Amino acid sequence: MNKESNPYTVRKRLDEAVLWPDRAPKLGGMDIELTERCNLNCIHCYINQPAGDREIQAGEMDTDRVKTVLKEAADLGCLSVRFTGGEPLIRPDFTELYLFARQLGLRIILFTNATLITPDLAEILARTPPLEKIEITVFGMSPESYRAVTGRPDAYSTTMRGINLLLEKQVPFIVKGVLLPANEKDVPAFESWAATLPWMDEPPDYAMFLDLRARRDSVEKNCGIRQLRYSPEEGMRFLLRRPEYHRTEMIRFCKKFLSGPTDRLFPCGAGKGVCVDAYGRAQLCLTLRHPDTVYDLKNNSLDTMFLKFTPEIRKMVARNPDYLKRCARCFLKGFCEQCPAKSWMEHGTLDTPVEYLCDVTHKQARNIGLLNENERAWDVTDWKARINSLE
Amino acid sequence: MDPSNTLDSAFAPSENVVAREIEGEIIIVPLVAGMGDTDDELFTLNETGRAIWQKLDGRRSLRQVIEELATEYEAAEGEIEADVIGIIEELSRRKMVSPK
Ligand code: SF4
Ligand code: SF4
Repeated sequence: MNKESNPYTVRKRLDEAVLWPDRAPKLGGMDIELTERCNLNCIHCYINQPAGDREIQAGEMDTDRVKTVLKEAADLGCLSVRFTGGEPLIRPDFTELYLFARQLGLRIILFTNATLITPDLAEILARTPPLEKIEITVFGMSPESYRAVTGRPDAYSTTMRGINLLLEKQVPFIVKGVLLPANEKDVPAFESWAATLPWMDEPPDYAMFLDLRARRDSVEKNCGIRQLRYSPEEGMRFLLRRPEYHRTEMIRFCKKFLSGPTDRLFPCGAGKGVCVDAYGRAQLCLTLRHPDTVYDLKNNSLDTMFLKFTPEIRKMVARNPDYLKRCARCFLKGFCEQCPAKSWMEHGTLDTPVEYLCDVTHKQARNIGLLNENERAWDVTDWKARINSLE
Repeated sequence: MDPSNTLDSAFAPSENVVAREIEGEIIIVPLVAGMGDTDDELFTLNETGRAIWQKLDGRRSLRQVIEELATEYEAAEGEIEADVIGIIEELSRRKMVSPK
């Protein structure tokens, strides 16, 4: 692994398996939602609350509380923390929290809409770099698209201003898109522009099979999100505009992550890291907010969560007969976005199959030849051979 | 770097870095730009580097560090001195330690 001629310092790949071949740190990584509030109001958003809502703000972790959580995470060996939201930059103490985390030796992945990046913040990010690329979601390539998606006519110019400040200061970032009827016409312009950005090694990723509201807090908004969703056929058409890239990525994923049927609810990596919500409650992953799976950190520590709570949750098995008949027998589970978090968002349960995601998964699996037309994934027994023969 | 002067100086991790010990690995995390950090790699110390680094507290002179290590590892001071000077040169070049 030593890539340099220096005898004492060793540059190593940031990979747990390389750094700790025998034992990993207790906490692999942490997401922290600094707030659910946001200065934009995107039509597809699964989480946002109004920027000026004082009541919500009053319930959020205060500066000291966030610092305590960050300190605990660092003590548990966490290397990287993702600052997300809502819009994390909306917090007046963002800079203080950022610098505190960096002083602890944490690497920071900042998720932002970029509208609130100021010259001062760009300077701070240049001087004390996050060590991970900032991730910016771009909602279109014109003021009109931004107005249609975010509800804010000035959001396009403020986003571009923020991005230009980072470019000027050479602060590394990548951009991501969200595919919506209101901005799909911008895709070619977005991708050509993204290709000119210095840190975009690959084409941008898109959110496209949209999540419903994570807190199940608005029937009306969920209705809107459902209407914005692309059908599995439309989604496939979009993904297949780069057929080779899509196929290679899919095959790589399937070979790495498909591990066969199980009735366990969490065969995934949920619980290796942790996600702390804006109010100081810890979740096994970013979207898993079912009350039975949430651990309040007010009177508890992350350490006890890992010792007592997480292992119990990870043992949970499905009970829903429909799930047992299908998902528990399905070899595509690692690939399907159906999981307890999605079941919670769609149905308020942990083990109800989500038809939309089931359709999307079947469509994608058929496309790479893992399933025949009309075949259902839970009826397949020779799945190992099928995965091995993918090329 | 003049070794005879250097040996009387005490060194400590610079303010440009934070050193973290995670599961036995000492990881040196840069706090400022331009220290050769990338988003998929990080700096750690090898075993010799770690033994020396742990004694760089800004109080002990390098001479003291060498004496202590020679006793602890039952090794010749000359050998240890070469390592101590080597690591100080390397880490100084990387701006990871500074004299106190
Ligand atoms: S910018 Fe992000 S958090 Fe804010 S409303 Fe849009 S999608 Fe939601
Ligand atoms: S593809 Fe269908 S059956 Fe398989 S895990 Fe997803 S929802 Fe369940």
